[in-house]
Amino acid sequence: MSAATRIPNAIDRRRFLQDAARAVAGCAVAGMFLGQLARQARALPAEALRPPGALPEPEFLAACLRCGLCVRDCPYGTLSLARAGVDGAAVGTPFFTARDVPCEMCDDIPCVLACPSGALDPGLTAIDDARMGVAVLVDQQHCLNALGLRCDVCYRVCPAIDAAITLEQSHNARTGHHAVFMPTVHAEACTGCGKCEKSCVLPEAAIKVLPTRLARVAAADHYRLGWEEQERAGAPLVEGIIDLPDRVPDLAPTAGAGGFAPLFQLPEAGQ
Amino acid sequence: MSAATKPRVNAASTAARGWVVAHRYLILRRLSQTVFLGLFLIGPWFGIWWVKGNLAGSMTLEVLPLTDPLVLIQSLLAGHWPALTALIGALIVGLGYALIGGRVYCAWVCPINPVTDAAHWLHQRLGLAKGWQPKRGTRLWVLGMVLGVSAATGTIAWELVNPISMLHRGLIFGIGFAWAWVLAVFAFDVLVSRRGWCGHLCPVGAFCGLLGSASLLRVSAAGRAACDDCMECFAVCPEPHVIGPALRGSGSAPALILSPDCTNCGRCIDVCAPDVFRFTHRFNRRTGETSAPQSPAHTRSGASRAA
Repeated sequence: MSAATRIPNAIDRRRFLQDAARAVAGCAVAGMFLGQLARQARALPAEALRPPGALPEPEFLAACLRCGLCVRDCPYGTLSLARAGVDGAAVGTPFFTARDVPCEMCDDIPCVLACPSGALDPGLTAIDDARMGVAVLVDQQHCLNALGLRCDVCYRVCPAIDAAITLEQSHNARTGHHAVFMPTVHAEACTGCGKCEKSCVLPEAAIKVLPTRLARVAAADHYRLGWEEQERAGAPLVEGIIDLPDRVPDLAPTAGAGGFAPLFQLPEAGQ
Repeated sequence: MSAATKPRVNAASTAARGWVVAHRYLILRRLSQTVFLGLFLIGPWFGIWWVKGNLAGSMTLEVLPLTDPLVLIQSLLAGHWPALTALIGALIVGLGYALIGGRVYCAWVCPINPVTDAAHWLHQRLGLAKGWQPKRGTRLWVLGMVLGVSAATGTIAWELVNPISMLHRGLIFGIGFAWAWVLAVFAFDVLVSRRGWCGHLCPVGAFCGLLGSASLLRVSAAGRAACDDCMECFAVCPEPHVIGPALRGSGSAPALILSPDCTNCGRCIDVCAPDVFRFTHRFNRRTGETSAPQSPAHTRSGASRAA
């Protein structure tokens, strides 16, 4: 106010430039620290899962107001806001730890309805479409089913049973006459709710929900799977290709007629 | 009264008008701060969910959305177009503060205000020097820096360190180590810089000031003819530079405090025994009137302290 009434002179200009330079320098230093913090905030720990419909992490940090309305409207107390210096997620943002309290996958998705900012995508209307992470059987050496027992708990609690987790039967080589029912996750159907991780009977869960970035890979762009391409085209991709007969060694080799007679016969013929 | 025994601030007003009247706006402010915090706390504490959320965003009685406009602006700069609820909430808050004064938030709502007020009280009791006093405009630079970092990193940057939301969210949702931020602000205000945080650095206050720069509700030194130069308003005001133009203006110059830095806290009204200040609107340009006839006691006590 006083500056406006005074006649500007060289001293004023110098003072102004000095003050501005000082402020800019101070803010540049503070801004560097803040920018560094903002970069680090993106490092979401693998155990911290975002609520259903959460935008990908970089977009989420631009959108989430840290208001906690999703936390309040979660009927199961699954969600909490990250506390400074205690929880790994960016301070104030909502997350859950599947091993503590998993997502119960409410049909009406109240957390998404509560979100005022769109950080939880309002386009998510069917909870089965949520992708909070992907379950991975991380330790096949301790999983009871993998050892040949019938624990089956992760499979039984899965809200998408027989779609997201199936039990794949195979021979139990250890006993020689039993089966192994291997819990097998089908990522395209897994919502990442974490009920399998929560209910694993081992002291540490053998099946864990990991962030999609860790659990899944993208197919290489240049790869084409021939059988898929053929199905899409509805016909062989190359016209007039000659289908040569598959040459399989005969089980009981006989000489001649295209068979493969061994060049050398062991003295004791056997396996 | 000798010069050696420095009288406590607000002593004259208390003696003249009684403790309650001389602290009425202080009491109201503490009440308002308690109510605004309490509304958020009665949910988690007693299961009375009138208000959900925190100061960054809230939902009242399931119908009224409120959003911190500064958080929303950072979100926009970070590249996210918010959903309608957040936009409406920010509009309501923005219009409200534009009307009653942006920095009303600082004095009447912000949970850090009691912290920095306590720091100032301790600072005065210890008789410390005012320390580092950056220019009042520094907070505008900090605000610019915060918005710049938000845009550059694509995050709501200030919310990563904001002591206001750290404390408020912490009290409602679990505080973690956020108390360290609050302690840092307290220590900064006591030891490093008198009224340093709210008065010079806080970008939220800077934003609130800009938001309310044309606000309707204003303090006016309408009774400035009765001013006895006791200087208590300058001593008690957290932004004392706002008082001068209104109080020291003469003749037809408006007695309104029009600086956006004024927090409408009402401290000057509390401490002024001659009753110079009052709340009014920005179009009230009357000056020179005194509401109450002057009793000799006011003048005498004021004059003795000025001497």
